[in-house]
Amino acid sequence: MATKAASPVIPVNQTPKLNYLNNGHGLKSWLLTTDHKRIALLYLVSVSIFFFIGGIFAMLIRLELLTPEGDLLSADNYNKAFTQHGMIMVFFFLIPVVPAVLGNFLVPLMIGAKDLAFPRINLLSWYLYITAGILFLHCMLNGGVDTGWTFYSPFSTEYTNTNIVEAGIAVFIAGFSSIFTGLNFIVTVHRMRAPGMTWDRLPLFIWANYATSLIMILGTPVIAITIVLVAVERLFHLGIFDPRLGGDPLLFQHLFWFYSHPAVYIMILPSMGVISELIACFARKRIFGYKFVAISSMAIAVFGFLVWAHHMFVAGISLYAAMIFSFLSFSVGVPSAVKVFNWTATLYKASITYATPMLYAFGFIGLFTIGGLTGLMLATIGIDVHVTDTYFVVAHFHYVMVGGVLMGYLGGLHFWWPKITGRMYPEGWAKLSALFVFVGFNLTFFPQFILGYLGMPRRYWQYPPEFQVLNVLSTAGASILAVGYLLPMIYLLWSLRYGPIADANPWNAAGLEWKTSSPPPTFNFDETPVVTWEAYNYDEIPEKELEAPVAR
Amino acid sequence: MHDSRAIPGPASTTTTQVATADHEVHNPALLHHFADAQQQKNAASLGMWLFLVTEIMFFGGMFCAYLIYRLAHFNAFAAGSQQLDIKMGAINTAVLIVSSVTVVLAVKAAEVGKRKLLTGYLVVTVLLGMTFLVVKGFEYKEKFEKHHVPGPSFNFTDKFDDNGKQIPVNSKEAELFFSLYFAMTGMHALHMIIGCGLFGTLAVLAWKGHYAPSYFTPIENAGLYWHLVDIIWIYLFPLLYLISRHS
Repeated sequence: MATKAASPVIPVNQTPKLNYLNNGHGLKSWLLTTDHKRIALLYLVSVSIFFFIGGIFAMLIRLELLTPEGDLLSADNYNKAFTQHGMIMVFFFLIPVVPAVLGNFLVPLMIGAKDLAFPRINLLSWYLYITAGILFLHCMLNGGVDTGWTFYSPFSTEYTNTNIVEAGIAVFIAGFSSIFTGLNFIVTVHRMRAPGMTWDRLPLFIWANYATSLIMILGTPVIAITIVLVAVERLFHLGIFDPRLGGDPLLFQHLFWFYSHPAVYIMILPSMGVISELIACFARKRIFGYKFVAISSMAIAVFGFLVWAHHMFVAGISLYAAMIFSFLSFSVGVPSAVKVFNWTATLYKASITYATPMLYAFGFIGLFTIGGLTGLMLATIGIDVHVTDTYFVVAHFHYVMVGGVLMGYLGGLHFWWPKITGRMYPEGWAKLSALFVFVGFNLTFFPQFILGYLGMPRRYWQYPPEFQVLNVLSTAGASILAVGYLLPMIYLLWSLRYGPIADANPWNAAGLEWKTSSPPPTFNFDETPVVTWEAYNYDEIPEKELEAPVAR
Repeated sequence: MHDSRAIPGPASTTTTQVATADHEVHNPALLHHFADAQQQKNAASLGMWLFLVTEIMFFGGMFCAYLIYRLAHFNAFAAGSQQLDIKMGAINTAVLIVSSVTVVLAVKAAEVGKRKLLTGYLVVTVLLGMTFLVVKGFEYKEKFEKHHVPGPSFNFTDKFDDNGKQIPVNSKEAELFFSLYFAMTGMHALHMIIGCGLFGTLAVLAWKGHYAPSYFTPIENAGLYWHLVDIIWIYLFPLLYLISRHS
């Protein structure tokens, strides 16, 4: 707001209009920016790089499992491959991806603020993320870690020869990055809303990110202290988790899952918020049961903290504790189902447009339902004991993490791409890649449910020959999935230069972010908006030719 | 800031510094993305409280471990606890409580705009914090001398209570007590060091006149941090030094 204009009216027809992208050039203007939109783009680039690296490890795993023999990787290298895959995907991709990219970009825009409450802390959180990432890559290039992403004690504290401490420090720092993001979002939502933007007018994406942020600030410090304890045990031979010194390895699992189970909701909740936005826009309806969907996000955040021990049914916890945790795990199904039913109820008798973001939303609903229902199966103690540490579990969490989080992220990225860049993506290619992702995903992971049920354990580099057919199917699916992920990387970059120019609101969508220009000016709104309408007031928005902006 | 909220409200006592349309008069501490100074203050304060929540969760992990192991290995924890120097612990508790008072006085001095008084209280707070650390250092030194530091040279033999009764102690379990003792007090001391650095910086800035009754949020927020670190010690002292004395 350094303009000296005496009048609040700023001339609009200047070409090119000053926006956050052309306001300042050069590396320094990016690396020292405090603009939440630019920081979101910094995150976009960095999480994409980590997704790519994690994906390479996924391909190594799938190639190794193409044959029953251990031929491509040695047993040790296979352990390292799935550990790097898990750690990179969980800590450097899934946890930051939606909040730090889409959330960073959209939270201030959606509530009519000029920026997040603490712009410099926001930049700091990106630098922490990058520091952690570089540290982790350094660790990886120096041999990596072989404990699995869960680094269970006593293997991690006592036996493994790999560099647990360095990887631990990387995860610790990345944790603080996510704490700062969460803290920033909560304060922003509380204190920075535009006049008239009351709590019951907030977009559901904001509710979802608010709930996520609560988990981030309550859960992440616990994993931080757990990592510190693992590191001091390893370095100074304290006996905190070592039973020979009076410690208890189960305590590690309790502390670890106290964060790491809620972390699953850190990943999925923001994507659920994205899906609410997409469904409302492309069904042209107010979301069915807005309040229930909003409250269900908060309920998931609260219940999510009470279920961690369902990861430990076979670890030797008491049967009664297991029964209570089993029951509580079922209860998380209720708010999750509230969301799915309300999304589908929104679709009922709606005029639906099958644009790419909506295809991803449909994919999300289907895959998340499968992932969620198999989650209920795993919350049942008897079934869990039967399939613990088999590919059934692997398939289950990939359905939630990849089928859920990534579908939501890609849908959201396409939906807001015109807002972020001012350009449309090529719709035909995008639909094709959405198809690739859906088919490839199911072909990769559905056979793993069967494999797991037949008894194939996870984390082995060899398997009996009778499992080969299903493993070949899975690897074939992974190749299709890889094409589905590479295509957007190519055509989205292509669209930066050649995509059709998008106007302020190409989807004719509700929401404050569409009421400013594309790309938005540095301070988001030429004039602070005053909100006088409910969220998703699609019945008040006049129809417009929706196909227009997508024309090539 | 062409915002209806920029109209001076009851909270904006400093009406001259409320943003006007052309920013001729501008509070230098007001960042561009806030509508007014009150909003900025509220945001910073909420942010600090949330940060304190994360600190509680951070220490919570260790308190949880302490609770579980104290129940599991009660004798060793009682014996270990009796080896701690209760006098030094008590002195440190007193020092910290006094430092919390000086923090409160510093905030009050900032509120009424007494620059020299504010600087004085901040400096006294830093000195008290350093006193705490020095006393803690002597305690750690004693632990090294008595071989009570976990590791290869750890040595802990059976102890006798006040009535001359022998308490059988598993040395490994006692080592666990001292592991937790060092982890918890060490992490607390790290927070004290950060706090001293923070208050030292604030003292310099206060001396240079950065704070006025219209803007002293950093003093308030740093004060909240100091109080929390203080309260954590208020829990550590009885848990580690006191409650196992008369078992």
